[in-house]
Amino acid sequence: MTGATRSNRALLWTGVAVLCVWTLLPIYLLALGALGGREIVAQWPKPLAPFGATFEALRTFLAIEGVWRAAWVSIKAAAMTMVMALALGMPAGYALARFRFRGAGAYRVLILMTRAFPVAILALPLTVSFIRLGVYDTPFGVALVHAVLATPFATLVCASLFMGIPKELEEAAWVFGCSRFTGFLRVVLPLALPGIAAASIFAFVLSWNEVFAASVLTVRQRTLTAYLLSVLSESPLHLQFAGGLVLIVPSVLFIFLVRRRLFAMWGIGNR
Amino acid sequence: MRESRALPYLLIAPSVIFLVGLFLIPLAQTAVLAFQENGGWGLGNVRRMADDLNFQDALANTFKVVLLAVPLQLALALGMTMMLRKVRRGRDLLVWVWSIPLGISDLAAGLVWLAILTDQGWLNSVLFQLGLISQPQAWLTYETPAALLAAIVVAEIWRATAIVFVILLAGVQLLPKEYEEAAEVFGATPWQRFTRVTVPLLKPSIQTALILRTVLAFEMFAMALALGGRNFPVLVSEAFNAQYFSQDYGVAAAYAVLVMAISVAATLLYLVALRTPAEQRS
Amino acid sequence: MASITIEGVAKRFGEVRALAELDLTVADGEFLALLGPSGCGKTTLLRIIAGLESQTSGRVLIGARDVSALPPRKRGLAMVFQNYAVFPHLTVYENVAFGLRMAKADKARIERQVEKAATLLHIEALLKRHPAQLSGGQRQRVAVARALAVEPAVLLMDEPLSNLDALLRLEMRAELKAVLAGAGTTTIYVTHDQTEAMGLADRIAVMHAGRIEQIGTPSDIYDRPATRFVGGFVGSPPMNFLELPVRDGKVDLGGLTLSAPPDAGGKLLLGLRGEDVVLAGPGEGGFAFTLKVAELLGPQILLTGTAAGGQSLRIVLPAAGPLPSLTPGSDIVLKPDPARLRWMNEAGQALETRS
Repeated sequence: MTGATRSNRALLWTGVAVLCVWTLLPIYLLALGALGGREIVAQWPKPLAPFGATFEALRTFLAIEGVWRAAWVSIKAAAMTMVMALALGMPAGYALARFRFRGAGAYRVLILMTRAFPVAILALPLTVSFIRLGVYDTPFGVALVHAVLATPFATLVCASLFMGIPKELEEAAWVFGCSRFTGFLRVVLPLALPGIAAASIFAFVLSWNEVFAASVLTVRQRTLTAYLLSVLSESPLHLQFAGGLVLIVPSVLFIFLVRRRLFAMWGIGNR
Repeated sequence: MRESRALPYLLIAPSVIFLVGLFLIPLAQTAVLAFQENGGWGLGNVRRMADDLNFQDALANTFKVVLLAVPLQLALALGMTMMLRKVRRGRDLLVWVWSIPLGISDLAAGLVWLAILTDQGWLNSVLFQLGLISQPQAWLTYETPAALLAAIVVAEIWRATAIVFVILLAGVQLLPKEYEEAAEVFGATPWQRFTRVTVPLLKPSIQTALILRTVLAFEMFAMALALGGRNFPVLVSEAFNAQYFSQDYGVAAAYAVLVMAISVAATLLYLVALRTPAEQRS
Repeated sequence: MASITIEGVAKRFGEVRALAELDLTVADGEFLALLGPSGCGKTTLLRIIAGLESQTSGRVLIGARDVSALPPRKRGLAMVFQNYAVFPHLTVYENVAFGLRMAKADKARIERQVEKAATLLHIEALLKRHPAQLSGGQRQRVAVARALAVEPAVLLMDEPLSNLDALLRLEMRAELKAVLAGAGTTTIYVTHDQTEAMGLADRIAVMHAGRIEQIGTPSDIYDRPATRFVGGFVGSPPMNFLELPVRDGKVDLGGLTLSAPPDAGGKLLLGLRGEDVVLAGPGEGGFAFTLKVAELLGPQILLTGTAAGGQSLRIVLPAAGPLPSLTPGSDIVLKPDPARLRWMNEAGQALETRS
């Protein structure tokens, strides 16, 4: 190896290391603040080592009235978002993947249009109709808006997953005794399942993280994000940090679960 | 298989009904509401929005954040993508680490950077220990607008570069290596290969990433609230305040229409500026 | 077991006509090959019989039953696909058992049938594996076993050997013939490979541009092509066609005078297989052939050159027999076998004179 390429390697690894620190350090510091409790927030200057970190602050935070409930509302809304996105996106994705039909182009435009608009803002006019329909201030109402965000994504991902499954496999299923529906259940679905699981995790995270619509559409049944936003100016810092950590941890785990499918997802989902 | 021609329509019908009901109709409602005044058409809401004390600040702040953060995110993500192509061992781990912020909401990201940038936060602690400051320094107040803007831009870059990175990497993985190798054979330097071959071929991915990112950046508000509180109004936080605190739905709708108009304009701009002519597609 | 009847089946894709109105009958237990170049409509026809594609008009009958309106699963047939279409998420056993499970066969029957099919195709040792662990040839065997396991009345095969390499293809061809002969199933086999069709089929239907050009036994097709297309498509090298003017009921083939068939027009096409000529002995009558290139192909020599006023002609001579001068430019005198000449009119339709 020549000197030039060796120094190039060194430069590369320095860059890689800097970027890793840049990504991870802030999360680490938030964790310190969250787990350090009241003491660390008051401490000056603050230590970089997790000295004296306790779970006390997190426990205090989780003990605050409403936090558990907020997290539970978030989970309910996210789960409903996931189910709705799949229930709507899977059939539509199948139609896009397997049929050529008049209006397919227009349908794609409708789906891509949701990208160009800040969809969460549409929670504003929905407030009135949601109150009338009795879904205002419910996890279901929040999930309805989040599903508008997640359905186009699920549709495109499913379409591309189904396109990746050779049509001949389905035809073989039909010849050997399946209807279109049972063929889908027995052949297409099992083969697309890992991708569909990843897509549903994305839908879940999308809802879990969404702030604006959740804040606009809830008053008592707040999601975790809406709850945190509403207590931003009131609660002590260490509790805010703890809240941030609670918000981050599941997302990071989910990203870990779908890491192998990340590119396929975004490569497809954004074409 | 022979079956009714209606099947594809039956399959997309639920999502069409859903998107019409919860996307197109609210979209129209918002537009209508924004231009209503005392039961008739009028620009009253728009005028009230424009006359609002915070309006100009919010507009300026929003554009500042987008114009500073988005180009830097693109540059950083391109750098990360190129670096990753050179890495052989530990690729999977790096990809995961670098895409972690993908799962972090703007509210959580705001809280992360609040922990670092607050008066007695870690930034000041490090500066103090290095002897650069003698006492806690405020970064996030209305007295330090430049620092506050920088903080929000940094937090935005930290949070959302991952999306651009992942989209670009997905695009790069579809590019055959032969193009760059051909350029290398014909004597192009690494920089020339990057600017003359890789970036032009990546244009569709860059376009997608920029559209997505810009629309989301215009929507950012929880981060600004977490870091700057009322000191850093942006368009969406004003819409939120109008709706939630002032209960002025008309003004909120006017803000929403403005944000949407800006988003659509940005999207169209990208579509035109970065279009790949059909004859150049591979 | 059942016969297959196609009545006036036509297919259009928008403005494009993929199949003209076709009639075709396949007898019970018969093996019919649909032979033709790609795009001739043979796969479309097979998919219409399977129910995977719907015909624009016409009827398909299996046995006495009109299945035109039935979905594939209700037609009582099995199919082997070009890309095998072996289910990647199921084991070989479950793949072979798939059709039986769909038919809700009882456990004992499933086991018996799977075992029988697996033994027939020599895949007993692979039953627990997944398709990803199999070679192309093994997947092909699984696909055939899956089709045979249901004991179908009708077996459809869509270019089943085209994805195998040349050596494996020969091996599988022989094996398929043995296996299917034992099963006695009515079979339709789509292929663009004439040697497959010749070697396997009881009868061949040669298709071209959405029509059936000729149906007959392999030797019918080879010896008595009904059209210029069939003669040119079947055989290697393909049949030669020389365009000859008719004068007073006779034609002149480069110095050899032949009597034209009675109802000939002003011009005739003479179809001549390359192997149906011999070198003319000294003093014997024959036609002049000017050699351009000679290629040795194992037991035979392929000579390419011109005859009858510069028209291109390819002939085959046994390499072991007496040979003319093989220098390019040599003039050779050849004698055709008069019984094997094939006369056609200008449009390329055979004139039935003898046999």
